[in-house]
Amino acid sequence: MILVYTENTNGKFKKSTYEALSYAKAIGQKLNVDVAAISFGTTDNDELKNLAQYGANKIFQVINSKFQSFNGQAYASAIAEAALQNNCNVVVIGNSFSGKGLAPRVAIKLNAGFVDGAISLPDTANGFVVRKGAYSGKAFADVNVLAATKVISLVPNSYKVETNPCETNIEEFNPTVKESDFKLTIKETVRAGDKISLPEAELVVSAGRGLKGPENWGMVEELAGLLGAATACSKPVSDSHWRPHSEHVGQTGIAISPNLYIAIGISGAIQHLAGVSSSKTIVVINKDAEAPFFKAADYGIIGDAFEIVPKLIESVKKFKAAI
Amino acid sequence: MNILVCISNVPDTTSKINFNDDNKGLNTAGLQFIINPYDEIALTRALELTEKAGGTVTVINVGDASTEPTIRKALAIGATDAVRINAAPRDAFFVASQIAHFAKGKNYDLILCGRESIDYNGAQVTAMIAELLDLPAITIVKMLEINGNTATLEREIEGGKEIVDCPLPLVAGASEGMAEPRIPNMRGIMSARTKPLVAVEPIAIDQLTEIVGYDKPKPRSTVNLISSDDVDKLVQLLHTEAKVI
Ligand SMILES: Cc1cc2nc3c(=O)[nH]c(=O)nc-3n(C[C@H](O)[C@H](O)[C@H](O)COP(=O)(O)OP(=O)(O)OC[C@H]3O[C@@H](n4cnc5c(N)ncnc54)[C@H](O)[C@@H]3O)c2cc1C
Ligand SMILES: Nc1ncnc2c1ncn2[C@@H]1O[C@H](COP(=O)(O)O)[C@@H](O)[C@H]1O
Repeated sequence: MILVYTENTNGKFKKSTYEALSYAKAIGQKLNVDVAAISFGTTDNDELKNLAQYGANKIFQVINSKFQSFNGQAYASAIAEAALQNNCNVVVIGNSFSGKGLAPRVAIKLNAGFVDGAISLPDTANGFVVRKGAYSGKAFADVNVLAATKVISLVPNSYKVETNPCETNIEEFNPTVKESDFKLTIKETVRAGDKISLPEAELVVSAGRGLKGPENWGMVEELAGLLGAATACSKPVSDSHWRPHSEHVGQTGIAISPNLYIAIGISGAIQHLAGVSSSKTIVVINKDAEAPFFKAADYGIIGDAFEIVPKLIESVKKFKAAI
Repeated sequence: MNILVCISNVPDTTSKINFNDDNKGLNTAGLQFIINPYDEIALTRALELTEKAGGTVTVINVGDASTEPTIRKALAIGATDAVRINAAPRDAFFVASQIAHFAKGKNYDLILCGRESIDYNGAQVTAMIAELLDLPAITIVKMLEINGNTATLEREIEGGKEIVDCPLPLVAGASEGMAEPRIPNMRGIMSARTKPLVAVEPIAIDQLTEIVGYDKPKPRSTVNLISSDDVDKLVQLLHTEAKVI
């Protein structure tokens, strides 16, 4: 059986969870085995049952209140325990911030070979070879998992959600509680409202030093809002505190691979490209025709952002009104 | 307070990456190597903490002898001493096992890593070391304060941040914002030459994964330039051609 960690935020499963489940199902079909989901905390029953639409043949629900909020150490123990009890030799985890803290621990507990940040289905023709990004977007590495048990963390936006309805049953799973897993206490959680999370966003509008100052971000936010996109920025912009660090993309920031990345007033330095070059479509708006970013772009407009972006906002409004 | 900082030796961020003919390894010809930028942040924070509370900062690297200039740089920045596990890193499990084995029983109050290495981009080693030592790990940390026996950390979560408390010892992965990297001064560079750097032989570890090949992304076709007077066309193309809106 294949086990998938189904992450939720306030009881709602995330898009990356459905991606991970769809991905696991595809592996399951390849290997001819069932897929089980493991879910922590409170989610309403319909939300849980709905996992069957995406191919979960079995759902383990961890209700124990100690597991209510995310704890990498404790969740890893529970996932490994469920995997062992049910003979799961493949475990799939979304490569979210929390998934990143979790998956390596699960791998160690299961003595498994681990591929972090996978972007492809395993090729089982010759072993179990999974592709992942390396050298910060400048290359791919094909990793063969030699160990009998495999743990894979899947990059958000790299596998399409697919429906695969099946029968399911929900089972309560009561993991062993290991006290040393609970040393951490959460004092405060701050979520930036209903803003779209950058690593998961399908569309991203990003701006750089070409925007001159934080007071000019209104148009960036307006464009992002119209498109339903997340906002991002270059490193100097967050270093100067024009924008929060959490928006900084690139080699030393977040690496993203949205369907659309719009770069406004960003030169396209190699360290910036490292974090965004795997975006499917890139649009560059820059007043300098020689800006290196144009070489990495699919579409470009040479011109002043303060003139182009307001026009683009109007165009998008027209487009949205027409469809 | 004694802190262990794990440093990875990576190609400079401006490097163009090329592979050997068999595509199985990095072609290092002409490449400059640096301390992984996040590890530099971790190192700086470790120095700030021990300057306040007293104690030592040991840097550890798993690598062959070619990584010594990078380790010396960490000593020049201010680390007390350094350890090199004499082996080319095979994968994250190998690296984490070597570091955990070294750290076991040495009672470090804090083990600091970077949030990820910019070559392998695994974000694996940090949590693996913690798991091997049965310690808590906080993997993407933007703020780290120590108060007696407790650390207060700010970590990144989906769409926000979280403040957590955790008793020492623990393992943390440094991210942007935790500290501003320092440039070594002349005195640091001079003293680095005589600071202890010991090489330790690796322990035997099962091989769980192997890289069978590297590949480079296909270059994009040339950019489609759209006149600034025809922004509507861009929106149309994004809808009909790129199909992203
Ligand atoms: C170790 C290291 C790590 C780094 N990591 C990162 C990283 O993770 N992410 C990152 O982004 N950078 C990173 N950098 C920095 C990177 O090298 C660049 O300095 C940075 O990306 C430049 O940001 P920018 O494009 O916003 O600014 P600039 O390079 O100043 O470019 C501004 C651009 O705006 C254009 N412009 C100006 N005015 C207008 C206007 N009115 N309309 C339209 N266009 C205009 C200009 O033509 C120019 O191309 C790193 C650097 C180092 C050394
Ligand atoms: N060869 C190595 N030697 C020492 N520390 C390492 C090595 N590789 C990775 N690390 C540490 O582990 C962190 C995460 O690396 P990775 O899992 O490769 O992304 C890095 O930021 C370093 O702190």
